[in-house]
Amino acid sequence: MQFSAYSSPHTGHSVNVTRVMAQVLLALVPGIIAMTWYFGWGVLVNILIASTAAVAAEAFVLKLRKRAIAPAIMDLSAVVTAVLFAISIPPLLPWWLTVGGMLFAIIVVKQLYGGLGYNPFNPAMAAYVLLLVSYPTEMTSWLPPRQLDMHSLDLLTTISVIFTGNLPQGLSWDAITMATPLDEMRTKLDMGKMINEIRTSPLWGDFGGLGTEWVANWFLLGGLFLLWRRIITWHIPVSMLAALLIMATAWWLAEPDANPFPGFHLFSGGVILGAFFIATDPVTAVTTRKGQLIFGAMIGLLVYSIRSWGGYPDAVAFAVLLMNMAAPTIGYYTQPRIYGEQESKDAA
Amino acid sequence: MTAPLSRVDHFHGGIHLPDHKTESTTQPVAAMQIPSSLVLPLQQHIGAPATPIVSVGDHVLKGQLIATAGGRVSAPVHAPTSGVVTAITNHRVPHASGLSASCILIDTDGKDKWVKLPKPIANYADMDRALLIERIRESGIVGLGGATFPSSIKMEARNNSIDTLIINAAECEPYITCDDMLMREQADHIVDGIQIIQTILGVKRCLIGIEDNKPEAIKSMHAAVDAASLEETSVVTIPTLYPSGGERQLTKLLTGKEVPSHGIPANIGIVCHNVGTVYAIADAVLKGVPLISRIVTITGEGVEQPQNIHSLIGTSASELIARAGGYTGKANQLICGGPMMGFSMHTDLFPVTKGVNCLLVPSLQESPPPEPATSCIRCGKCAEVCPAQLLPQQLYWHSRSHNFDKAQDYHLFDCIECGCCSHVCPSHIQLVHYYRFAKTQIWSKEQEKRKADQARRRHDARVARLERLAAERKARMRKKKAALKSKKGGGDNAKKAAIAAAVKRTAAKKAAAKAASDSNQGATD
Repeated sequence: MQFSAYSSPHTGHSVNVTRVMAQVLLALVPGIIAMTWYFGWGVLVNILIASTAAVAAEAFVLKLRKRAIAPAIMDLSAVVTAVLFAISIPPLLPWWLTVGGMLFAIIVVKQLYGGLGYNPFNPAMAAYVLLLVSYPTEMTSWLPPRQLDMHSLDLLTTISVIFTGNLPQGLSWDAITMATPLDEMRTKLDMGKMINEIRTSPLWGDFGGLGTEWVANWFLLGGLFLLWRRIITWHIPVSMLAALLIMATAWWLAEPDANPFPGFHLFSGGVILGAFFIATDPVTAVTTRKGQLIFGAMIGLLVYSIRSWGGYPDAVAFAVLLMNMAAPTIGYYTQPRIYGEQESKDAA
Repeated sequence: MTAPLSRVDHFHGGIHLPDHKTESTTQPVAAMQIPSSLVLPLQQHIGAPATPIVSVGDHVLKGQLIATAGGRVSAPVHAPTSGVVTAITNHRVPHASGLSASCILIDTDGKDKWVKLPKPIANYADMDRALLIERIRESGIVGLGGATFPSSIKMEARNNSIDTLIINAAECEPYITCDDMLMREQADHIVDGIQIIQTILGVKRCLIGIEDNKPEAIKSMHAAVDAASLEETSVVTIPTLYPSGGERQLTKLLTGKEVPSHGIPANIGIVCHNVGTVYAIADAVLKGVPLISRIVTITGEGVEQPQNIHSLIGTSASELIARAGGYTGKANQLICGGPMMGFSMHTDLFPVTKGVNCLLVPSLQESPPPEPATSCIRCGKCAEVCPAQLLPQQLYWHSRSHNFDKAQDYHLFDCIECGCCSHVCPSHIQLVHYYRFAKTQIWSKEQEKRKADQARRRHDARVARLERLAAERKARMRKKKAALKSKKGGGDNAKKAAIAAAVKRTAAKKAAAKAASDSNQGATD
């Protein structure tokens, strides 16, 4: 009898990349629903536009590279990138910016480096930063949460605004957009206002911004799901949030009038999303446990530093990209002690 | 002593696997049968191959030595039954390469006639340990857990340096049950073997590690240890977690100590033997029977009646599978060993050797062919499960890019090839395959380097020799010349002296003659 021979182990595999990515997408669902609830249909439209553009761009490059297209598309990594990007951008961002961001993310940041697994930078964050520095107005035109929004746009209007850039009769961009809580906090602090004064604005919820803090809660739930499914480990999120919290607490204790409550930092902007979904992107993060703690903590420190003393109100994307650069080095210097490695060797 | 003999520690990583042990444990170990022919590879162990001492046409008896150990790290081979040597030739052997190697082929005569065996050593406690070690060595006993390292060498560790004997009865690979069945059925004999090894090593403390998925084996081993009333010997139940049966992992589990990287358990006062080996040692010492048979698990959805068979070494895999009812329609692969570390063979026409503990014939569902690998996403699952605490994704990266120095920096050679990383890889990368590739590349490079070094040394030696010879010849010539010269110079003088002497003599003669004639003249005057 003739058999085919393979290399051991012969047990087959229990997981695959597609399933990992699918679970990441699943974990994002509660946050996406919350975002749509608070910020309107634009969130979903953006996800659709970004996903389509990402998948098309991926297929195009793979064809150029003469690689199998189907398996790479099926691994859903492009869709994860697209969704993470789409939920980071303002809900009414013109479609061509979303598409441009995705082309940059997939073609330049991902595929030019060799595709999935080879990209040193998080594609979604790189695209976000590219657009943020190139189109600062468009990229900061956030809508207010539904409680404060007098002009809720329906689905069709949203689509029309995104694709044509024309607002319905009688509306202006100034009328429908609003500063984000982080923006507000920053501008007002710069104006020398006290925290108590700033927080009288209707923009505020219990900790962070009205709405945004609940979106963050739902992303947190998704993050816990990823932890439970062991898609990610606690090291990066915990060290990142802890570092941010420690920094925020220290400054808040020192000067409570001029520094926002620590919880504000945690539940504003992209911190929760970043901690569980973006900094944990395995391709661009550190793989050693000790290294992950350093990586996460450094992102936390950078987020606080940039928010407090830097040029941008939110900083997760910058912090993640900066630490992406440092990841290989951190990994190299934080190799775990292997089984049976002599202590004396370290001393020597 | 009432102090706890052991605590169960833990090792890093490991994976839970469906154990598939019950399939092959429903019936007792099937008795030995004599096949019509046997194939005995000269290399069934780690080390130098054995040297045949029989020729084609020789009639051999059961237990007769047919090949002697080819060095210190080697093991002899014995005839498993009586018969006639039909050939000493290359034959397919159970090896991952699927290649052939030198084997002694025997046509059995069915009489199963024993050779005169060496005397049983019942009073081993009073014997010189060297004698016992020699007996184990002469009996061709090697590690039966699969490593096939000659067992006698592990016994040679100097007295007092060893304080703990570990008996590896974990049998952590799924499907394999030969050790389980052996313990269920032969616990007393195993305990005899343990006592022999304890005597040789001069140790009292012995830990028998068994995974908790073998309750019956644990029970019978407990009973046997109690019956022998061994003081510091205990059966330790360890949690079922692959690869707890790895020597290093088991050592950590049972003692909390780690075998040094690149070291052996003896470095930390531990000697570890597989339970099957212990049984063979008892056979060799107490009965004088060399290692000519072993228990082999025949299992998987691809065989009709999964079971354990007491098999003569050299029996063909096809024969054993036929004894287990033959193949089912589902047979899709033939694996020598377990699903995690075993290697697959293209055909069943190879002999079962000392190190083959299992023939696994899985179905397509049990062992699906590898799916196409995708890119590593550095998820780190592999590092989570690695029992050697390595960073498999880094090893993969550097092995794949032929960056072997870097791979060694990441401790490539501490990899035990357990396969945990490959099993959990979501990108379906055959990681172990890459590590084996890197290891063999490094080995062959080292060998080349050694060869080159040797060639260079030879060349240097030759140059030096030629120079020396030339110098010597020159020196000789010079000496000769000098000798000639001095001879020549001396000759001249001698000649002159001789001439002078001759001249003197003639002159004297002349003078004498003259004087005589003068005196004669004077007398006649």
